[in-house]
Amino acid sequence: MDLKSQILEMIRLSSTNLSTDVEEAIKAAASNEEEGSPAKNALNTIIENIALARSQSTPICQDTGALIFYVDYKAGEHEKVYIDAIGEAVKEATAKQYLRPNAVDPITGKNSGNNTGTNAPYIHFHQWDKDYTRIRFMQKGGGCENCGTQYRLPDITLGAGRDLKGVRKCIIDAIYNAQGQGCAPGIIGVGIGGDRALSHILAKEQLFRKMGERHMDPEIAALEENVLKDINKLGIGPMGFGGKTTALEVFIGYQHRHPATFYVSIAYMCWANRRKSMTIKNGEVTYA
Amino acid sequence: MLKITTPLSEETIKSLKVGDSVLLSGRIVTARDAAHKLMVEEKPDFIREYLKDAVIYHCGPVVKQDSKGEWSFVSAGPTTSSREEPYQSTVIGEYGVRAVIGKGGMGPKTLAGLKEHGAVYLHAIGGSGSVTASRVKKVEKVFMMEEFGTPEAFWVIDVEDFPVIVTMDAHGNSLHANILEQSEKVYKDLIK
Ligand code: SF4
Repeated sequence: MDLKSQILEMIRLSSTNLSTDVEEAIKAAASNEEEGSPAKNALNTIIENIALARSQSTPICQDTGALIFYVDYKAGEHEKVYIDAIGEAVKEATAKQYLRPNAVDPITGKNSGNNTGTNAPYIHFHQWDKDYTRIRFMQKGGGCENCGTQYRLPDITLGAGRDLKGVRKCIIDAIYNAQGQGCAPGIIGVGIGGDRALSHILAKEQLFRKMGERHMDPEIAALEENVLKDINKLGIGPMGFGGKTTALEVFIGYQHRHPATFYVSIAYMCWANRRKSMTIKNGEVTYA
Repeated sequence: MLKITTPLSEETIKSLKVGDSVLLSGRIVTARDAAHKLMVEEKPDFIREYLKDAVIYHCGPVVKQDSKGEWSFVSAGPTTSSREEPYQSTVIGEYGVRAVIGKGGMGPKTLAGLKEHGAVYLHAIGGSGSVTASRVKKVEKVFMMEEFGTPEAFWVIDVEDFPVIVTMDAHGNSLHANILEQSEKVYKDLIK
């Protein structure tokens, strides 16, 4: 198979076949909600939907998202090879209805019809020392993207200072403000530090983590667990119908900051957490 | 689970209350931003007969056309409803709509409109595009396809057992307002 077809298959898998770690987390959440409650009914419909999308190979959600690729390539490879293959794969995936046309010119309002355009799809390139190439893919829904936000600490209204206590308040505030709008239960990526742009990038990249994968730093790992418990006390629940599951995960990352700045960025991912990766070694492809 | 079928009577609508899980069958019409703007600004008649005692669905579907030119829905979950807040109440009154399906709920203007005209807001399960598409039995017609494009066109469809939850009823109650209020108390406590 050529590179384009290999990428096309990753797109199909991502759009139609939700990763089992996310599916398991949703099933666990459903068993935790009260019988007959709107929360439980909503989660059961979601579970049915995941299975149906997989068996029919149709998009899990009709908003197939903004398409974001992360390519880690070996020294000596050319980015252009990936740019071309990804562009073609995206067009074909759109024609095959794995993707909805989601690239709109902000000035003319015109939809390009094939998911390509300026910075669409967006590709993050990174060269690494490994002997294989890795391409990761994320479909970021528009509804949940609108629930993302950024805080500049200290934040006086929240009473949030430049420490982990302050970070905790930002996360709770963002989820409270989102209510059910991001198709809760969500998966929350948090980026601490960096400039404004890097902070958002770090937050979003956390969404690639496997459900239950805690941060290496025990202090951050503990914060992830505790703030998730707190969020679920809010009672917003699936779709905002009320219930015990408002979020499925909180993943926090940090990086160095300028002495004068302290940003906390929140990336909100809906339950339809569509992300896949592929590695290419000696021409052999493995999907995960 | 309650089952309701279009055409919907005012009586049926008034019997629904916030929190009810409902399976809806019959005719619904998709309409998003461009369609709502058109219905308020130009009040077109072509859509009138399809909306009377029927249902508006905030949805931009993924569709497919076969070799005979027949359309079908591939994935068709709800889109965020709050964008139609400025228009919704007027559209409900003008066209005699009995229910609006979407996600995320709507604001006070729509809530008042629902009460005034005897209509409800039904929340579909966000993201469940494959399940909802599987409940679409037939695509009857499409309007404004050329002008608005696929996601924004008016799709007149027949559905069977479409799963929704009543989150705003015809008596002035909103589950969204209730949850906001309850969660605010916990929120204030958590960030103290
Ligand atoms: S927020 Fe996610 S699940 Fe909800 S409609 Fe958008 S992409 Fe689909």
